[in-house]
Amino acid sequence: MSTSERIAFTLKVNGTDYPVDVEQGRNLLSVIRSEIGLTGTKEGCDDCECGACMVLLDGQPVNSCSYLAVQAQGRAITTVEGVIDGDEMHPLQRNILEEGGVQCGFCTPGMILSAHALLARNSSPSEEEVRIGLSGNLCRCTGYAKIVAAVQRTATELHA
Amino acid sequence: MSFTIARTVDEALAALTAGATPIAGGTDLVVGARHGKAALPANLVAIDRLDELKAVVETKEGVSIGALVSHHAIETHPLLASAYCALADGSALVGSPATRHVGTLGGNIMNASPAMDTGAPLTVMGAEVELRSTRGNRRMPIEQLWTGPGRTSAEPGELCVAIHLPKPGPKANSAYVRLEYRRAMEIAVVGAAAFVALADDGTIAALRVGLTAVAPTILTCNLVEQIGRPVAAAAEHAAQMAMEQCTPISDVRASVGYRRHTVGVMARRAVEAAARRAAGEKIAIPVNRAVGIGAAS
Ligand SMILES: Cc1cc2nc3c(=O)[nH]c(=O)nc-3n(C[C@H](O)[C@H](O)[C@H](O)COP(=O)(O)OP(=O)(O)OC[C@H]3O[C@@H](n4cnc5c(N)ncnc54)[C@H](O)[C@@H]3O)c2cc1C
Repeated sequence: MSTSERIAFTLKVNGTDYPVDVEQGRNLLSVIRSEIGLTGTKEGCDDCECGACMVLLDGQPVNSCSYLAVQAQGRAITTVEGVIDGDEMHPLQRNILEEGGVQCGFCTPGMILSAHALLARNSSPSEEEVRIGLSGNLCRCTGYAKIVAAVQRTATELHA
Repeated sequence: MSFTIARTVDEALAALTAGATPIAGGTDLVVGARHGKAALPANLVAIDRLDELKAVVETKEGVSIGALVSHHAIETHPLLASAYCALADGSALVGSPATRHVGTLGGNIMNASPAMDTGAPLTVMGAEVELRSTRGNRRMPIEQLWTGPGRTSAEPGELCVAIHLPKPGPKANSAYVRLEYRRAMEIAVVGAAAFVALADDGTIAALRVGLTAVAPTILTCNLVEQIGRPVAAAAEHAAQMAMEQCTPISDVRASVGYRRHTVGVMARRAVEAAARRAAGEKIAIPVNRAVGIGAAS
């Protein structure tokens, strides 16, 4: 398609409205990173397979590499920058660090958002349910066990 | 070039009549364009905010599922996950949680991939698809929708609004299994759905089998000659029939011979699982896990 035709609209990211003016075919990922300047969301495979680009759209996980930016208007977009609470890390962030679930860190933002969405719909997931919840996120370093443990620990903490 | 967000079905129909292509979750349309399979259409109408097409409604005849119901909504819906199990099995296997939240039933069937995971479940359950345009509504058996890989009999301007499933009836249920090499983000190597109704003596009262990814479209067979036979014999027959009827291709994922063999295995397991459910046994969604398909975690 022609990439020259531009379209102006507003995206609500982490509660802030950002006016953007981009090509109709632009993916949400590149607009979040290059136009809005929030680089926590990563580009991995750029093909909907690895989950590094995961963001939440009205609370639900979405691969932003393969979602049209223009289709996200009017929805609440949450990126990893938006899960932080002031200066306090979100319990998911703290636990993934403490459990050793971060090595290179590239998958971490996507993992946090998938886990966030999972815990919102299931406050005490089993290990199997955590693994299914994270099944769209690849990690090539940790072997997943520590990430799964961090999510389960967060669930327990949030319950206590 | 245009992009509009439809607020009502009538707005969407007007845009389609003017030549726009509908985009629901975009998990086929956008990903396909990024793969270079087909360019993104220049004129798009987003239909993902049409709440009136997001309902699952129980009716006297059965259940009506709006075209925009997501795979996640299907796999977690109490009625669908208990009485229309094959569809829930299929939706639960799609992609990842993100794909299942964004991807819709209407998008899956209108995309018309021979590997779609809801197709075989819908055909064996006797689904009808409802299409609407500015000229009116029509309903047809879902098999008539697919005319080839990526092709449907929908006319330009027609929007899929709903899928209707009849009540399974007493002692009847369904199952869908697929062969996969890993447990997520996978495409069916082959798959099979079965609908089974049992007579009081436990023999077959009705049996339909649908096959995924072994022909240009979903293959469905109504095995009326199995009525009155024991489940095990009918399952064996279904396996033979699947191997004979299929016309698979060889590709990077599997050869013709492997697909032909494994579709028989899938058909047998689908019939057995559907019969267990028809007899009242609860088997978790997706049934794939319970019958041991897919690498262990
Ligand atoms: C990572 C990944 C994994 C996947 N895994 C699977 C899988 O395991 N099994 C599987 O079956 N599929 C899979 N898919 C494919 C896809 O997610 C599904 O087919 C999904 O249901 C498509 O729905 P959608 O709403 O995103 O469709 P869209 O991409 O929005 O639309 C698909 C097509 O249907 C048309 N369309 C959509 N809605 C309507 C309507 N209401 N009326 C008329 N036309 C319409 C569109 O114009 C387009 O041509 C996968 C996709 C990805 C990206």
